[in-house]
Amino acid sequence: MIQVKNLVKSFKDGQTETKVLKGIDFQAQQGEFIAIMGRSGAGKSTFLYQMSLLDFPTSGEIIIDGEHSHNMTSEQKTNFRLTKCGYVFQDYALLPELTTIENVVLPLLMQNINKKDAYQKAKEALVRIKLGHRLKNLPSQLSGGEQQRVSIARAIANHPKILFADEPTANLDNESSQAVMDFFLQLHKEGQTIIMVTHEEQYAKLAQKIVKIDDGKIISQIQN
Amino acid sequence: MFLLNLKIGFFLALRQIRRANVWTTGLIVFVMVLTFLNLVVVSGILVGLIEGSIAAYHAQYTGDVIISNLNNKKYIEGSPNIITILKNMDDVKSFTPRFSTGVIAEANYQTKKDTDKANTASAQLIGINPLAEDEVTGLSNHMLEGSYLTPNDYDKILIGYFLLKQYVTIDSPDFSALEHVYVGSKIRLTINGVTREVTVKGILKSKVDTIRRGLFMVDSEARELMGRQDNNVSEIAINLKDGVDPITFKQKLLLAGVDKSAKVQTYADAQPQFLKDIVNTFATLGNFLSSIGLVVSSITIFIVIFINALTRRKFIGILKGIGINGKAIEISYIFQSIFYAFLGSAIGLVLVYLVLVPLFRAHPIDFPFSDGILVAPLAGTLVRMWLLIVSTIIAGYIPSRMIVRKNTLDSILGRN
Ligand SMILES: Nc1ncnc2c1ncn2[C@@H]1O[C@H](COP(=O)(O)OP(=O)(O)OP(=O)(O)O)[C@@H](O)[C@H]1O
Ligand SMILES: [Mg+2]
Repeated sequence: MIQVKNLVKSFKDGQTETKVLKGIDFQAQQGEFIAIMGRSGAGKSTFLYQMSLLDFPTSGEIIIDGEHSHNMTSEQKTNFRLTKCGYVFQDYALLPELTTIENVVLPLLMQNINKKDAYQKAKEALVRIKLGHRLKNLPSQLSGGEQQRVSIARAIANHPKILFADEPTANLDNESSQAVMDFFLQLHKEGQTIIMVTHEEQYAKLAQKIVKIDDGKIISQIQN
Repeated sequence: MFLLNLKIGFFLALRQIRRANVWTTGLIVFVMVLTFLNLVVVSGILVGLIEGSIAAYHAQYTGDVIISNLNNKKYIEGSPNIITILKNMDDVKSFTPRFSTGVIAEANYQTKKDTDKANTASAQLIGINPLAEDEVTGLSNHMLEGSYLTPNDYDKILIGYFLLKQYVTIDSPDFSALEHVYVGSKIRLTINGVTREVTVKGILKSKVDTIRRGLFMVDSEARELMGRQDNNVSEIAINLKDGVDPITFKQKLLLAGVDKSAKVQTYADAQPQFLKDIVNTFATLGNFLSSIGLVVSSITIFIVIFINALTRRKFIGILKGIGINGKAIEISYIFQSIFYAFLGSAIGLVLVYLVLVPLFRAHPIDFPFSDGILVAPLAGTLVRMWLLIVSTIIAGYIPSRMIVRKNTLDSILGRN
């Protein structure tokens, strides 16, 4: 599904060059549920951005669903994110002037799914994540946990090949966190490929594999 | 693909407009309205001043077509022939032949002491058939005081109010006016050394120079004063029946050979040169001012959309991050610009046609040589509206494109 070979990412700021990812080799199979762990600043988010094609690496290769990322134009990458990735951002990243259902339906409409089906799918995703009663609310009228769930519904509404989630439970209380993790497990059972960054051991243990990153390198990969 | 982007762009624009701050939207639309008015009204008034003057000259003096003496002749030779031709032409509704000559008018000669300077003014004496003249130009509607001439009036004149001191405040060495002349006053006219005492029967007021500086008298007496034996006239103003094109009619007169002994001009040809010059100058000036307005509004929209897109840069990044095509996002800003321009123009249209045009018609601007109205032909206005919308689209597109093209992740994370 995803193959990463000798991935390097560095940031140049004038004279100083910061190497954040220092040669990562990694792969994920179809249907796998992988947790990525590591200290703050280890490079977890950066790694996720590279794999989801939100960013491009300094060197190295990313082959995703059989395609080499460096061969893609930026428009193709956008389209790839639209059709094959779901991405749950660390800070929800909802659009403030769109209601709950509009936030979820937008990527579906962009895929040229007809309006009725798109709204139907969006509603299903939201009902599934227990937000069926908040369809017409704006993000500002939702709690943090609810916003995170909208963000997840948006990511999974069209059944993407891969779901990326960057600390989906970071801002949630235990109960909400547990609900999100239960949902991920359920998706995983249905065959969803999930790559999730998390700080919390208890949630990482729910995944099939835990990948530990430190100082820009993978230091261990443990099969649960 | 384009259609899909259009659809998504519209989806986003609609929600952004709907949930935008009312005051901001109001302010932008207000700027658009002002720009629209600037585009339409400024040049419309400039043109209106001249149009008012042209219309007055047309209605009150030349008629639709005017025949006058050749430049090297004092009169139209063979005038009776031409009059016969006109009488037999179906296109002609009415016409009025005029005799005209320069005169010196003198007032207050009875009370003048030997040492005093004579109170004189030079003017044009115009002999008219009062009925025919009134039918063509409605001269009797321009009476300021007194009454209009009748065909049997003898030694009676109408005098333009610009020749009378009590109406003109101008006091310059080369401008002379008659003092203490009212309806019933007697003045002396001198033509080629012949002097005649006449009574002022009425005072004319108009913005057309030939009327407000003219002396009008019944034609038979004017001819006698001029010492003329022939029947040749100085000019003939012709009104055509409804729907007859003056240019076509002029061609017919040329075919009939009228131009051998006279100058044939449509009312447009016969406009005073200064008006013709001013029309172009004003049109240029109007367009120049409009262009400035257009540039200012474009910059305003540019800044508004730029700031809007900049403050929403994170969300633009998120949109791209979840796979929304950049074109669709750009289009959403274009839609917003169009919305502002359309709303502004629509309010502007209502203001122009339901408020300003009727207002100026009811209360024309009192300009020395015309009653200025607001001229805003719909076609021209729509062209200007279109211009405004196009410039707004460009002004909205450029900044949105600048922001949309920035790196997606940098936008989401707020990095530079
Ligand atoms: N544009 C950049 N320029 C310079 N350094 C950067 C840039 N982006 C990230 N970094 C650095 O890369 C390192 C890794 O950042 P990253 O966000 O991937 O960490 P993380 O593992 O996700 O941390 P956290 O758990 O806090 O989210 C950090 O030290 C950060 O300062
Ligand atoms: Mg992170």
